[in-house]
Amino acid sequence: MNDKQTKPVRWLRTIVLMPILLLVSKFSFAVDVSPVKMDDALWSNGKIYVVILVVFTIFLGIIFTLIHLERKVKKLEKQIL
Amino acid sequence: MRKYWWKILCVILLAYTVISGLMIPVPRLPILHESIRNLFFHVPMWFTMMILFVFGFCYGIKYLIKGDLKDDIYSVQFIIVGLIFGSLGMITGMEWAKYTWGQAWSNDPKQLGAALSMLVYFAYFALRGAIPDEEKKAKIAAVYSIFAFALMIPFIWILPSLTDSLHPGSGGNTGFNTYDLDNELRKVFYPAVIGWFLLGLWITSLFIRMKLLNQRDLLKEIKAAQSKKQLVED
Repeated sequence: MNDKQTKPVRWLRTIVLMPILLLVSKFSFAVDVSPVKMDDALWSNGKIYVVILVVFTIFLGIIFTLIHLERKVKKLEKQIL
Repeated sequence: MRKYWWKILCVILLAYTVISGLMIPVPRLPILHESIRNLFFHVPMWFTMMILFVFGFCYGIKYLIKGDLKDDIYSVQFIIVGLIFGSLGMITGMEWAKYTWGQAWSNDPKQLGAALSMLVYFAYFALRGAIPDEEKKAKIAAVYSIFAFALMIPFIWILPSLTDSLHPGSGGNTGFNTYDLDNELRKVFYPAVIGWFLLGLWITSLFIRMKLLNQRDLLKEIKAAQSKKQLVED
């Protein structure tokens, strides 16, 4: 069908379609470029620091348990080995 | 094992990881949002497991070469703690996936590969339990651990990156380098990996020392029997 159309018709089609397609592309989004909305609630009211404190406390608890075990094993090794 | 400089380093690195990991500003990524912070906790679990398995593998080979049952004890404890970290990695991964991928288990290739690899290592203990004689047990287990380690590499590293997966670095996803590891994240991620690994090493060293204490009578017996055998043979 394209071969049958004359050269001027094909040119006209290109000239009309191109700006229309360009305009359309301006309005379609494959990826949303607006900033990602994240949940900043705990950040904005400062309560995030409570979370950090809690996790850090748990971490310290684990470390103290390990240190306690370490001391126990050292004592046993001195006695037995 | 009894030195403590690296244990202090471990505590410092992990304290830094926990505090900075929750405080530093993170890139605003779609879907992941703040959960990208799991990078500092979930991912090092797996790295720790793999490095501990490397140690287990090396001590298994050491036992096969030298025949010293102490090396067998070392190998077993490394594999035990490796599996603990692997289980933590698996659970935390499923927790993370539930809220970002939509399901805790999605037959993701890396999830499957890691689960398979861990099953192979769990079978290591079934194998050990089936053999009563200490030295035979150690020998066969060491050989099996070589195969288990050799299987882990394709299961966790090679096969998942060949197929479609939601994990970064697999299928069509960009790997860690370009995707979500900007310099701010790297600053916490690398110390985190080292810190968690040192923790794994610390826990393993305690397990080994406790096991050596437990088994010292058995070890003495076996050593005496071995040296008697040497005298008879000479």
